[in-house]
Amino acid sequence: MKLEKRIKVISKQGLHARPAAMFVEVANRFVSRIKVAKGELVVDGKSILNILMLGVECSEEIVLQIEGEDAQEAMGVLEDIITRKDV
Amino acid sequence: MFKKEQIIKGVSASPGIAIGKAYVISDDVFKVEKRIIKDADLSEEIKNLETALLKTKREIVDIQSKMAKEMGSNYADIFDVQLMLLEDRVLLEEIIERLRKELLGVEYIFFDVLKKYKRALEKLNDPYLKERAQDVNDFGKRVLKNLTGKDASHIKELRNKAIIVTHDLSPSEAAVLNPEYVLGLVTESGGSTTHTAIMAKSFEIPAVVGTGSIIMGNIEMDDSLIIDGSRGIIIVNPHQATLKEYEAKKNKVDEKFLNLLKFKDLKSQTKDGVSIKIMANIELSHEVKSAINHGADGIGLYRTEYLYLNRSDLPSEEEQYQAYKLVTLQMASHIVIIRTLDLGGDKLVSQLDMSYELNPFLGWRAIRFCLARPAIFKVQLRAILRASVHGNLQIMFPMISSIEEMEEALKIVDEVMQDLDKEEIPHNKDVKIGAMIETPSVAMTCDHFKGKADFFSIGTNDLIQYTIAVDRINEKIAYLYDPAHPGVLRLIENIIQKSSENNIPVGMCGEMAGETIYLPLLLGLGLRYFSVSPLIIPELKLVASSLTLDQAKEIAREVMSFSSREKIRQYLSLKLKEILGSDYEELIEV
Repeated sequence: MKLEKRIKVISKQGLHARPAAMFVEVANRFVSRIKVAKGELVVDGKSILNILMLGVECSEEIVLQIEGEDAQEAMGVLEDIITRKDV
Repeated sequence: MFKKEQIIKGVSASPGIAIGKAYVISDDVFKVEKRIIKDADLSEEIKNLETALLKTKREIVDIQSKMAKEMGSNYADIFDVQLMLLEDRVLLEEIIERLRKELLGVEYIFFDVLKKYKRALEKLNDPYLKERAQDVNDFGKRVLKNLTGKDASHIKELRNKAIIVTHDLSPSEAAVLNPEYVLGLVTESGGSTTHTAIMAKSFEIPAVVGTGSIIMGNIEMDDSLIIDGSRGIIIVNPHQATLKEYEAKKNKVDEKFLNLLKFKDLKSQTKDGVSIKIMANIELSHEVKSAINHGADGIGLYRTEYLYLNRSDLPSEEEQYQAYKLVTLQMASHIVIIRTLDLGGDKLVSQLDMSYELNPFLGWRAIRFCLARPAIFKVQLRAILRASVHGNLQIMFPMISSIEEMEEALKIVDEVMQDLDKEEIPHNKDVKIGAMIETPSVAMTCDHFKGKADFFSIGTNDLIQYTIAVDRINEKIAYLYDPAHPGVLRLIENIIQKSSENNIPVGMCGEMAGETIYLPLLLGLGLRYFSVSPLIIPELKLVASSLTLDQAKEIAREVMSFSSREKIRQYLSLKLKEILGSDYEELIEV
């Protein structure tokens, strides 16, 4: 299954240390390939280095591209993380 | 080869002049020798990396669980990024791919890859993300240590006196330095609150930091160098004339301090016998020695931020207790005032989850932070209270801006005392607790603190900034920062007057207390407690013992009638010359 979704980051620290760490940790629980795109840049969603380098700030838009057997579930959980205010 | 004289500007981190040869520690730990390997070695190299990563993981998990126990899991979370780096597949794949292609030692490839990411993170605009470069750096250092078994060994090689020039000096690197061999310090990174600056100041080693990238092409091993720590400049390959000028200047300064030392045992009192206290400001426990050697009547300000800076975890109660106890015991019956954590403003600490603010000096800092994070505050208070049985220890809260904050802080002290009682841990129940006066709001209301504050200490650096609304780090307006501003002086007069009417002893621990020309004025206004850098103590003792209280009062009366800052300063230096007579030329003016 291949899913793609444009999402606005709501976590107030953007995808910085703690939210980024949580995102990557959760992403690694899935077998699907997970890519995160911001503008032209597309990086591996399972790499903390890549996510940090993307420099995603609060209220910026990213595109989640997930491909694999558990894509549906992964999309739901990851979207939840980046749209939660308290993270 | 003839080399041209070159002047490099940086930030003054520790005053004084150093003249000597450069000892360049090129680049940071991210410099590792290239080592050529064969195809057959590949699997061995990868195995070594995996072993090092595993070992590092165990170390980090250990620290993390220790922290979680002491501080709660929130604070342990700061290691999450480092733990995830250990398992970052993209990073690992990139390293393995380059290993195969380049056939160079794994430690070199590992650090070359990390360096690339570190630099890229540093270039991001977001200050919070920039700080993650520090995570990558810490992580890199830990893994390197486990890969090579080396830990900053290059620094131990220093065998002759030299000026250290480096990108940055980590606490573990600084720890192996022999201060006797270090004439001066220059670092490319950092500001005046970095570890390097604090270390240098405490060892009285001249230092200039924050020079930007100077090492490549500007300073080489054994280049002749002059450091003017007070002005924050470095002169590379100085002309003969420049060298002579600085040598003369250095001799004069050295001579001045040497001559002044003979006044260190003078009684701290005015000519007519009014007794005062001249105490020392310290940051590291070993500075107590310098305080004692310069005749300090106590420690009027023991800053504790150092314990928290430049590390990835928080200092434990035991670690703090040992540090406070050491200082208290050495000062015997003398006063030791410990200032509780004063972070924020220009001092940010990543492990405390402080983030970038638009107005840090008006922001979440010092007591405001401690009241919002009682778990962290209580650890420090427990350590201080435990140490209070070893001598005359007192507690001081920084940045109090209202009576409510004072009450809240006192309540937390009470809670900690009750806990200690329950656990039957000895502590001094009558420990004196005071507040720093750094905000105009408290300067105007200090009478309200009767019964709440056992003493006050005026922190002039911040009080002046807040009163004149000037950020003295901003070069364009730094000239506005001036202790001689009549508005500042009236505020100080008010503090002293209202405090003494209410029997609250008041002192001063800001830089103004250490500027000799202000001593007669402050004495005349009624100030009796001074706390300054140890070096300045003999000078102040000399000045105090050269004038009577009536003279001082007359000077104060006169000064308080002036409206011009310039006139105030001129008058004060004229008076200082009169008071000291021939001593003035010889000792004060350099």
